[in-house]
Amino acid sequence: MTSTTRQPRYLGDNPRFLAGLFMSPAVIYIIALVGFPFVLAIIYAFTDISTGNPDLEFVGLATFRRVLADPVFRDSLWNTFLFAVVANVLVVILATALAEILIRDFKGKWLVRFLVLLPWVAPVSLATITWLWTLDSIFSPIDWLLRQAGLITENMYWLGRPGTAMTSVIAVQAWRIVPLAAVIVLAGLIAIPKDITDAVAVDGAGFWRRMFQVTIPLLAPIIAVAVLFGVILTISDMSVVYVLTRGGPTNSTQVLSTWAFIKGIEGGALAQGAAVALFLLPVLIGITAVVLRLARRREVL
Amino acid sequence: MPFSTTGGDRVWSAAGDPHSAIVAVVEVRDLRKEFGEVVAVDGVDLRSEEGEFLVLLGPSGCGKTTLLRMIAGLEQPTEGEIRIGGEDVSRLPPRARRIAMVFQSYALYPHMTVANNIAFPLKAQGMDPEARNEKVEWAAGLFGIEGLLQRRPRQLSGGERQRVALARALVREPTVFLLDEPLSNLDAKLRAAARDDLMEFQRRIGITTIYVTHDQVEAMGMGDRIAVMDHGRIRQLGTPEEVYHHPADVFVAQFLGSPPMNLLETPGFLFGFRPEQFLPEGVAADEGTRVPFTFHVNRIEYLGSERFLYGFIREYDETRVIAMLPATVTLPISIDQDHKFSVAKDQLRFFDYDDGAKIAPQPLMR
Repeated sequence: MTSTTRQPRYLGDNPRFLAGLFMSPAVIYIIALVGFPFVLAIIYAFTDISTGNPDLEFVGLATFRRVLADPVFRDSLWNTFLFAVVANVLVVILATALAEILIRDFKGKWLVRFLVLLPWVAPVSLATITWLWTLDSIFSPIDWLLRQAGLITENMYWLGRPGTAMTSVIAVQAWRIVPLAAVIVLAGLIAIPKDITDAVAVDGAGFWRRMFQVTIPLLAPIIAVAVLFGVILTISDMSVVYVLTRGGPTNSTQVLSTWAFIKGIEGGALAQGAAVALFLLPVLIGITAVVLRLARRREVL
Repeated sequence: MPFSTTGGDRVWSAAGDPHSAIVAVVEVRDLRKEFGEVVAVDGVDLRSEEGEFLVLLGPSGCGKTTLLRMIAGLEQPTEGEIRIGGEDVSRLPPRARRIAMVFQSYALYPHMTVANNIAFPLKAQGMDPEARNEKVEWAAGLFGIEGLLQRRPRQLSGGERQRVALARALVREPTVFLLDEPLSNLDAKLRAAARDDLMEFQRRIGITTIYVTHDQVEAMGMGDRIAVMDHGRIRQLGTPEEVYHHPADVFVAQFLGSPPMNLLETPGFLFGFRPEQFLPEGVAADEGTRVPFTFHVNRIEYLGSERFLYGFIREYDETRVIAMLPATVTLPISIDQDHKFSVAKDQLRFFDYDDGAKIAPQPLMR
């Protein structure tokens, strides 16, 4: 028939072979580091395996029942919800404001862009350790500043009290995700046609009207994508909470991801850790489906 | 029928235009715009007359869009003054200039219904909802889009979008209408209809319009006057007849017309003639006053309604020229042969050898 279906002479000319070759690193990576642990976690969750008793003995839903009965589970679930929602509301507001600043022309723009991206490019654990010191119970520079300003007389013990600990964890998580969200929103902002911006100016709309009646509605799908990334990164990532508080004090900042790690890896109860970790999966799939559907529906309008 | 059949003046005053007493003229004085090193508009003076359809025509990069955007207030001039209705608006933002602009892409707000698109400028003015709805219906009625008010831009055809864009521009009752290549996004068939719509609308409400295009057919067909621009300057401002038949310089002569004017060089000056004026001997009636040339034809293109003959003129260093014969001239022309052609004396145009500007008729030596 045509030349496209003929067998190429050299292996390097064979599109099927090349496609497989080029995709294999990604496929191998995903199978080895995501697929395999995922399948293992599902298997573990239906056993009562632990580091002390590494036999695969299927117990049905007994492990799930035990985890659900634990009062820490309910706290962690609520904390996860609070953590994800508040952090991402902050992220959306800050990222939209930042993107609006970054799209303008001003002197030193490159420096601001660099500084904005810094929290994102720095390794999570390193960046979070910096915050650990910044929020230290005795040497916190924030406390020092507040003391100098005469606003407090005693140290805040940011990470030592339930309320301030949760606030700190949320703030640091928001600080970490804002750069990613800002870049996503910035891309959306750049994609708004110049004619639209000009039309708004000719039609006589001021800054707030432009912002809330044109810019944000047009950005809605892309903001939804930014939120999706933010929520997934907040729910599935344990670094910030683990480094700052390890879920403490008394589980007041415990989220499902840290609890799964502490129970399964540190406590050795592999089956329970897997069950807690899997509990997040349907939640994330649900959120992803809803957000993507919303984003797509907006686009069709 | 896209428009209601009421008389033009009555439709316009029915809306109660409070500014009708003011002379609606755009006047631009010594306007310059530099983008860094690049001079986009290089000292332009321009006056549009009340109710006229003024076209800014030129190749891309000639500064016509920048000039329009400066009139709109979307671009700040480096130097010069812009007056609208006698008032200096150079420092005013677009919304304070009583202008309306229709963009190349129409720039409809995709997330709003047609009704909300048209109402948007009124909302920005702070008009109360009742008066606003009345105004939206009036503007929609003017363009025959009452049935589309609840649709979204995505659900509209190109022509319908144009009408929505016009309605949105018109609803504020501007003194000047600025249009930036509004037809270039439409396919050829739709373009003719949209052009017709636009012309009829403009004539009916009699609003001063400045229209930017690179399409000379649009410019010739629509403009009361045409400003031909190149390199940030206006090379000629005149009626379509003037710019076509009496080009001010070589650039205008060669930019207008398709194919462009043939140009020949002779010691001391240049002269030219339109391809359709270049006729074989025996076809034209006024044989006595015609200037003869020996035309060597290389190639012939049959385009149905006309024939293009490509070749060169023996007497003038074999300069390449094009002749355009209408289909009514059925005389057989053979290729790779010399033919006797001629141009009426009063159809020859003369230009300065150095700066290309139009000069008085000169005697031809040969």
